[in-house]
Amino acid sequence: MREWLRWGWAQLTSMRTALILLFLLALAAIPGSIIPQQSISPIEVMDYKAEHPELDRIWEPLGMYHVYTSPWFSAIYLLLFISLIGCITPRIAKFARDLRKPPPRLPSRLDRLPASATVDTPVDDALGIAEAWLKSKRYRTLRTDDGISAERGYLRELGNLVFHLSLVGVLVGLAWSNLGGFIGTVVVVEGRGFANAITQYDDFTAGAWVDTDALEPFSLRVDHFDARFETGRVQRGAARVFDAYVEVTDEGVTTDHLLTVNDPILTSGGTQVNLLGHGYAPNVTVTDGNGDVAFSGPVVFLPQDGNFSSVGVIKVPDGRPQRLAFEGFFFPTAVLDQDGPKSVFPDALEPELWINAWYGEPADETGIPESIYTLNTAGLEPVLGDGEERFRARMKPGAAFSLPDGLGSISFDGYSRWVKLQMSETPGNPVALTSLAIGTLGLCLSLFIKPRRLFVRLGDGVAVGGLDRSDTALGLEDEVSELAEALTKESE
Amino acid sequence: MTVAQYSDTAMVAATVGFIVAFFLHVAEWAFAGGLGERRNPDGSEDAKRTNVDLLGRLAVAATIVAAALNVFGVVTRGLAAGRPPWGNMYEFVTSAIALVAVVYLLCLWRWGMRWLGIGVTLLAALMLGLAVTVFYVDVAPLVPALHSVWFIIHIIAAVIAAAGFNIAGVASLLYLVRSWAEDRAIRRGDDLTGYLAKLPSLKGLDTFAHRMHAFAFPIWTFTIVAGAIWAQYAWGRFWNWDPKETWSFITWVVYAGYLHASLTAGWRGRGAAAIALLGLVTFWFNFIGVNLLFSGLHSYAGI
Repeated sequence: MREWLRWGWAQLTSMRTALILLFLLALAAIPGSIIPQQSISPIEVMDYKAEHPELDRIWEPLGMYHVYTSPWFSAIYLLLFISLIGCITPRIAKFARDLRKPPPRLPSRLDRLPASATVDTPVDDALGIAEAWLKSKRYRTLRTDDGISAERGYLRELGNLVFHLSLVGVLVGLAWSNLGGFIGTVVVVEGRGFANAITQYDDFTAGAWVDTDALEPFSLRVDHFDARFETGRVQRGAARVFDAYVEVTDEGVTTDHLLTVNDPILTSGGTQVNLLGHGYAPNVTVTDGNGDVAFSGPVVFLPQDGNFSSVGVIKVPDGRPQRLAFEGFFFPTAVLDQDGPKSVFPDALEPELWINAWYGEPADETGIPESIYTLNTAGLEPVLGDGEERFRARMKPGAAFSLPDGLGSISFDGYSRWVKLQMSETPGNPVALTSLAIGTLGLCLSLFIKPRRLFVRLGDGVAVGGLDRSDTALGLEDEVSELAEALTKESE
Repeated sequence: MTVAQYSDTAMVAATVGFIVAFFLHVAEWAFAGGLGERRNPDGSEDAKRTNVDLLGRLAVAATIVAAALNVFGVVTRGLAAGRPPWGNMYEFVTSAIALVAVVYLLCLWRWGMRWLGIGVTLLAALMLGLAVTVFYVDVAPLVPALHSVWFIIHIIAAVIAAAGFNIAGVASLLYLVRSWAEDRAIRRGDDLTGYLAKLPSLKGLDTFAHRMHAFAFPIWTFTIVAGAIWAQYAWGRFWNWDPKETWSFITWVVYAGYLHASLTAGWRGRGAAAIALLGLVTFWFNFIGVNLLFSGLHSYAGI
């Protein structure tokens, strides 16, 4: 049993296994770039599942929608890390011993080394001069009566060890961020605010160590969002400016911030606020059958394409005698062609709101949460217009429509923009980043330092020789002959 | 002509220059058939050797012209756009190839590495050709996502790593070709002759490839780290398994495999060279394939 364990451990920590695990890791990372991932885009996953039901039967049990947290992917990198630690630990011990040991013993025949030279007429005190020469080239030397052994390049192994250990540091930082951090998004309409509490988020994921009832107490208000797009011929419609003017209240102090894509807001407690996206929220006022204003304000519509053709739902549960609901399309730059209406530019140059309407008996408040972006038509009847056709309205800002049969009316008062903000806390980042910086430094040392041994031996004349301890070092011969030259007595 | 048009014209001309240079190198290879590694002492081959050498020199001349045009095209592109010219695939490819060509010419001038020429000019002709025909987009300002100092740091590092990996890849490919040719020659009981005999020895090719990879690998590491820092600013998390991130990670892992393989008995030599070429494939796939096939956070202006 012990033998088996020993054999297994030797296999796991062998370079061949490490190589195979590296390739497995590369291979295992591929599906996550091809198949949509739950953590990146849940909507794409849903679409993919609907489109490829037969593939889904295979992918789902394999965890292909969350590759990078799946058991098999985790198994590969954990094995790789165990192999790495198993490989590195004995080398750390050996390196510590090597550091304390003097350079190796002087070989008896230097002419058998890869590079060697003999000096027939050496200077007086050849060993003294050789030692000084070697020390000036940062060699560690061991001088005996017979000669000198010298070695340099200990930093290579140090860099190698540091680099591999730093990978463990990166993993620790990642794990810390996952356990102690959170990430959440929220859509905020211009003029509205957000307070950092879990109930305010549209979408929220937190690690096990986060107390979600005691998030950092800050709040913010989006005053204004400025979006500008390319109007020239080249890349027409491409984004050019996204500027959100945000007022942040943090520890009782309110400050103004300009929030842009690459310039997040950092709160005093370490929460980072990023600007992720934007869209339109048409402002509507709905008057019910009794003549009362049953709804007024902006409604967040979700963009469907690059030109921000957007869909949304206006729900008026308080309408009396009948409650009302509208399904709407918003086109910031509306054009009507044979395929129907669409938007041809992302900016609001010619905004139009297209709606159809539903009505029904007032429903009881059930308290069951429902999406604000989809309409549950149970208990609702479509509003019909002239000739029993579905009632449809096409509105420009300022327009109003009365629903048939005295159900009420709706007016399109204009539009606001909304921004999608992401709040996140990643406490493990300093550890990960420091590890990466130290690791990259170690990597450079391990790749660029070339360990070398040189020897000087007294005999008839003086023999000089050397060998490289890495395959790709250059210039050994040059250095050996340089040393030989330094020991040659100048002829008078 | 506007500055942008000068840039476009220079880039097309550079492509033609690299194609010409490549075919001159091919001719050099073809006409070198049968020539031994060393000059015949009786001088019977001298005329042929001179002609072969002339072809190589002409190829270098064409490469110098093409590289100058390429650099000119990149600089004028930046001037026309009023920003660093790395905002899309076209600009990245043209910049990376310009650097590959310049590094090759430096290696040639400093260490006489003309043997890199055939691979470098083929790569430059292919990639610049692809750039001017498929990837081309007119000059335009950047989207807000690219308004960052990390944009410049991240891309400069990526361009340098690209140059290093590609030149190293040329050496690894020639290593494989020469090692097969040597095997064939040994089976026939002959000495290796022709173009391949003029290449550095297998040990020399391997050492050069290893040093070049060892130069590019930390820079690629830094490219990924700089990208991660930028991602932290832009998206609030430094690693998101976006397809581009995933493939840069795959590239990194494959090259890490190469570095380990070249130190491991049984993998050294051909095995390592094959892994290096696999790394280059993942590098280019990350760059071209990911942009064209997948949608992700790195897709800015289509191509």
